Amino acid sequence: MSAAAARLPATAARGNSAAANWAADGWTVTRRNLIKIKRSPDMIIFAVLQPVMFVLLFSQVYGGSINVAGTDYTQYLMAGIFAQTVVFGSTFSGAAMAQDLKEGIIDRFRTLPMSPSAVLIGRTNSDLALNAISVLIMMGTGLLVGWRVNTSFASFLAAVGLLLLFSYSFSWVMALLGMTVRTPETINNASFMILFPLTFISNAFVQSSTLPAPLRIFADWNPVSALVQAVRELFGNLGTTPVPDTWPMQHAVATVLIGSAAMLLIFVPLAVRKFESVSSR
Amino acid sequence: MSTTPISSSGRPGAVQGLIRAHGVTKVYSSKSGPVRALDGLDISVPEGTVMALLGPNGAGKTTAVKVLTTLIKPDAGTLSIDGIDVLAEPKEVRRIIGVSGQYAAVDENLTGQENLRMVGRLYHLSAKEARTRAAELIDMFELTDAGNRPVKGYSGGMRRRLDLAGALVNSPRVLFLDEPTTGLDPRSRLALWQVIKDLVAAGTTLLLTTQYLEEADQLADSVAVIDRGAVIAEGTSDQLKSRIGGHSVAVALMDGNDAAAAREILARHGSGAPHTADDGRTLEVAVQNGPASLQLVLADLQSRDVGLHDAGIRRPTLDDVFLQLTGRPAEEDQDPRDPSAVDGQGKSARHGEGVRR
Repeated sequence: MSAAAARLPATAARGNSAAANWAADGWTVTRRNLIKIKRSPDMIIFAVLQPVMFVLLFSQVYGGSINVAGTDYTQYLMAGIFAQTVVFGSTFSGAAMAQDLKEGIIDRFRTLPMSPSAVLIGRTNSDLALNAISVLIMMGTGLLVGWRVNTSFASFLAAVGLLLLFSYSFSWVMALLGMTVRTPETINNASFMILFPLTFISNAFVQSSTLPAPLRIFADWNPVSALVQAVRELFGNLGTTPVPDTWPMQHAVATVLIGSAAMLLIFVPLAVRKFESVSSR
Repeated sequence: MSTTPISSSGRPGAVQGLIRAHGVTKVYSSKSGPVRALDGLDISVPEGTVMALLGPNGAGKTTAVKVLTTLIKPDAGTLSIDGIDVLAEPKEVRRIIGVSGQYAAVDENLTGQENLRMVGRLYHLSAKEARTRAAELIDMFELTDAGNRPVKGYSGGMRRRLDLAGALVNSPRVLFLDEPTTGLDPRSRLALWQVIKDLVAAGTTLLLTTQYLEEADQLADSVAVIDRGAVIAEGTSDQLKSRIGGHSVAVALMDGNDAAAAREILARHGSGAPHTADDGRTLEVAVQNGPASLQLVLADLQSRDVGLHDAGIRRPTLDDVFLQLTGRPAEEDQDPRDPSAVDGQGKSARHGEGVRR
């Protein structure tokens, strides 16, 4: 082993603009995460098989027993499953940040002259890609079991956009949580404890009007309900079900846009600031 | 806590250190109250030299490396690398340093080449430059065969080499190595020492931390002994060793009844009074010339028909340094339940520096 090669001229100080470096750093980390996903079969299974299973189970098991006014349950259900899956998908951002911290790779990143937000951008980008794949696969499965979009192509795109925007924003919340909690297992357990109530006490699988009063009030103000409601509207899967009389449900698309913007405005700076001080133990 | 000067001759370059820390304090909060990880740390490493921070687990070595390499912010004190204020301009510092931590910071799912290419890209090398540099380093660290396999399948030594390669992507002028050989087998350790020596010969300024006096001896121009977050002694490795004495000869007897005879023989060939351990069968004496004294001791023991479990030359270890400087064993705080921790010899045997056959 000769050290002669170690004395290459340093080429770090290139004339690239800060913005170009920032974009390049983000892309480098995104690529790293995507390679990682590609090489971890369990992650592919999580992203691909689980959504397929959910679509099939819910539509085939509950399809005949739950009645929805003006449409069939499969039509009604899909928006709920899509929303639940992307929300759960976002928790991966937290587990992955905790894992990277544990493995010390965050320390490596933090000693490089890269943009401090690049690691988080790479993380949320690659998880967005993973969520997009999940949504595509679920939609394909949905079409197979009889689900249809009853509106325009533009509405369809808007619905997919809302799902991904919400999950992307939520990824930043989870990324901050992952750096704070620091153990991937805790993140997974904690997100289960929080996200199961959040997705089940909602309109994702049943109409909120069928729920007992306290749960109904929760469901009608629940941001996940707003996401489901917005997507359902845009797909034209609402049938003739009445829209609950709360502001988030009456203005579901606006609620999702405002909620996502608020999550980004609050949690992007918080997560970047946290990243600049975390280190493995 | 004041620094104990080993030698009164201050090194001339010390004032103009390329790596400098002054009065650095870092307090962590823990369940059992605040922990002063660094408590007024002062170090200065002149350009082109190697300093070893020598100390037991929990002495503050890793925290020292972390504050110098921009990973954590201290509560007080000043830090500079090549005149750049570490706290004010961390990004500038990151351009000129390389860091390899105690646990290899490599991505398990990427191949060796991919890991290094990624680091190269994050130093803003072009794709082509990053690929060339990665290939060079993979060859240099003898990972050529494994270079295109995911790191998952690498041995501990290979991971360490890859991590060190990652620290060299930008050909840093200043290198920080946190316990570079802890946990490595002897062969990998020797190989890594050679790599480090080559880097230093090429002009790299190096700060390394270690628990092994031998490692500091092999690699460092100067050694700073660190305890409870501060430097308690500083000097060359020879100055340290002369302060704590050189080699000693140790024997472990089959039969404790031979202790008196053995003690007499050790006293004859040693340079001080022999020390008998609590078990009554393990004796040790400081000697001037290790191998020659050992031969004489063994010949005399054989002529008296004294049976031996074990015999050998013991080189001074971190524990001896610590006992000498602080009056307490190195890892007293870490594991109070471990009985060998209060017995310098039992402890040192675990460091692989104990009685040798």
